[in-house]
Amino acid sequence: MTSVDAFIAANRFGLGPKGGYLGGISGDPQSWLLRQLGSEDGALPYLKGLPRSEEIGRAWLQARGSREMRKMFNKNRVKPLFRKEILQRTRAAIETDTPFRERLVRFWSNHFTVSITKGRVRGIAGAFEREAIRPFVTGNFAEMLLAVTRHPAMLIYLDNQASVGPNSRLGLRQNKGLNENLAREILEPHTLGVDGGYRQEDVIALAKMLTGWTIAGKRSAQAGQFKFNARRHEPGTKQFLGKRYPEDGEEEAEKALRTLADHPSTARFVATKLARHFVADNPPSDVVDQLQRKFKETGGDLGALARELVTLSAIWDKPLTKVKSPSELVISVFRMLGSPAKPKQMIQPLQLLGQLPFSAPSPAGWPDTAKDWISPESLLRRIELMDLLARRQSSRHDPVNLAEQAFGPVAREETLLSIKRAPSRQAALSLLLSSPEFQRR
Amino acid sequence: MTSRREFLIGASAAGLLSSFAIPGIAVAAANTHKRFVLVILRGGMDGLAAFPPIGDPNYQSLRGGLAQSAKNAIALDRTFSMHKSLEPLMKHYRKGHMAVAHAVAVPQRTRSHFDAQNVLENGAAKAHLMQDGWLNRALSVIDSQEQRLGLSVGYSTPPVMRGTTPTASWAPARIPPSPADLLDTLGNLYQSDPVLGRALNEGRRAQAMTGAVLGDSKMKRGNMRSPGRFRSLAESAGRLLAAEQGARIAVIEMGGWDTHANQGTTTGRLARNLGLLAQGLDELSLRLTPVWQDTVICVVTEFGRTVRMNGSNGTDHGTASAAMLLGGAVAGGRVATRWPGLSDAALYGGRDLAPTSDMRGLFKTVLRDHLNIPSRVLNQKVFPDSKNAKAPPGQLIRV
Repeated sequence: MTSVDAFIAANRFGLGPKGGYLGGISGDPQSWLLRQLGSEDGALPYLKGLPRSEEIGRAWLQARGSREMRKMFNKNRVKPLFRKEILQRTRAAIETDTPFRERLVRFWSNHFTVSITKGRVRGIAGAFEREAIRPFVTGNFAEMLLAVTRHPAMLIYLDNQASVGPNSRLGLRQNKGLNENLAREILEPHTLGVDGGYRQEDVIALAKMLTGWTIAGKRSAQAGQFKFNARRHEPGTKQFLGKRYPEDGEEEAEKALRTLADHPSTARFVATKLARHFVADNPPSDVVDQLQRKFKETGGDLGALARELVTLSAIWDKPLTKVKSPSELVISVFRMLGSPAKPKQMIQPLQLLGQLPFSAPSPAGWPDTAKDWISPESLLRRIELMDLLARRQSSRHDPVNLAEQAFGPVAREETLLSIKRAPSRQAALSLLLSSPEFQRR
Repeated sequence: MTSRREFLIGASAAGLLSSFAIPGIAVAAANTHKRFVLVILRGGMDGLAAFPPIGDPNYQSLRGGLAQSAKNAIALDRTFSMHKSLEPLMKHYRKGHMAVAHAVAVPQRTRSHFDAQNVLENGAAKAHLMQDGWLNRALSVIDSQEQRLGLSVGYSTPPVMRGTTPTASWAPARIPPSPADLLDTLGNLYQSDPVLGRALNEGRRAQAMTGAVLGDSKMKRGNMRSPGRFRSLAESAGRLLAAEQGARIAVIEMGGWDTHANQGTTTGRLARNLGLLAQGLDELSLRLTPVWQDTVICVVTEFGRTVRMNGSNGTDHGTASAAMLLGGAVAGGRVATRWPGLSDAALYGGRDLAPTSDMRGLFKTVLRDHLNIPSRVLNQKVFPDSKNAKAPPGQLIRV
């Protein structure tokens, strides 16, 4: 027996049932979810053999000598590596036995977006997620924020490695100055949110505190890793969010980040985003309040927040509130039908629907509501792609059984009937994949 | 140009679709022959780089390493020049078919991309005050018969075009189209789904309209906002707008303007982007040749950038920027501005070009003088609370 609860556990919290089979979850869906938060990360076996960021960083520092060397490095090392990264990441999501944990990884990785729209991020975007996101999804928000902000991928993506205190030793000598990019994005999409109560002066103060947070050069023992470079640090007391921060080198920004992690606006902002992702595009305010309280009570314990989500009746009361994003859709198809034979066929659908991993258009990450993903044009693309996948992935299952298994608990009569009456097996599978019951979660 | 034959093919393909009526010929009877294209440059285009005020006494010293010299730019008047990458547009400027509005900004002072784009597109005095976009509200006046005169080019409908008036959208086809019977069945299954149902209906209608004009256009896949895509999107938009039964009002987006680092002057990232923009606009003008006299293209961005260079040879989020008007209906050949100057006292917040015109004022002038939407309607419906929004000075549209 399957149940609506099992469907919600597998789809809203997970990434879609494996083999379309809900039976394994139906005994006690809530425990199945909670167990994943305490267990090993089931994606790790699929991410073996991928390099750490400092390895790539070091190799880049060696290769950057000439234009020709940079070009060769990008062609021979970065390009194949990025392909490998996104393939293994996608396969991990398709195969993992801890899909709730994996959804959380994707949620936080998107919250702290790094994107290959900045070319130099390409080689270490995957490593960023493994090093700064994955270990913290059931840990503490402040720790994740610190790990993320120190990571070379973020320092490059938001230009902090180029920011120099105008009155620092280097600034005075080379006439270089501040770059506000990282500071602004920390305040806006990472912590307080756009209306979170900060001003331009706060952006500048945080940018000053962050000067010196950079990446060690090639002669350093920590080449390619985070390094505080005092020669770039803007000296003096900073006034940030109404508080004085006396000169304290590397520690200043860490203190500021911890203050931000503790700020009520951050709790509100994170709670709203989680509720939007797990409950509905316009989440009820009492749910946001509840999550905000939990964030505050536990000092930003993300594991506790994930457990709180599992208790929310607003989620269990209403199936199918969310339209799947392109990557959610593609992963759920492959979890149901199995990975495609050729690696290219695993990535191409993501590219066609415009959600290639690590390529979000801005530091705010991918959007998370139906109106952002469903336009007349994109929906037709979706249906065309589902049709293509139905033709490609001839399933061993009978589509009628598959529909019963995958979304039986929430299926409408007319959907099942249309699948039954379809002129061919492939047409039936195509309908199944494009049906509202499969397009939503 | 669209032949009668192509049009008939489109109409008969539409005939196969059963769940709703396709207004095959409706657009041919459109109640406006005017064309309007809005180009949104996302990320904050540096107006001081596109149209440098080389004649301003403070320009060279404030801009420092990013300052352009009179020698490398194209002079427009005693104060302003045009970046040399925009050279393809110079022929329009000389003919009086291009105007530059300078020191213009959205009404809300914000340096957040998110808020600034929101207010640029919702048409209110502040971000998030309205759910729909001003172009959609303007369409509700012009397109009262729901003929889908509005067109979004790219994979998503930009917020400025979102709203209750149905619009068309177009993006290059990349996968074989779905069989009509599949779409028919899904049309039924989506009936009770507000999001999917509406999108599918609109998508099919748009497909029926645009398929006839563009045929099977083959374009590379990928991010439709990436600067390299702009030219081909502009080309398609031009063909669709020029067609007799095509759309009348279109929006195209172009990204890549958030130049925090290594912005460059006459070469570099921004120069390349401006070049791609100019080529795309030139392509658009070429495709619109038959209707050029009835065309206005308006190019805007959410905010300008800091006057001074930041620490990494780039610029950070600023306030006022420049906008462009292009087309045979433009009263151009000039820079329309109340130039605030770049003296310390004149800078906004001590760092940005101060706005002296309101973006809504610019939009209202175009909608009033070009698309003949009465001021009263503009002030009540399209741009509420905008009575005092200042337009760039002087006549912008030929009347």
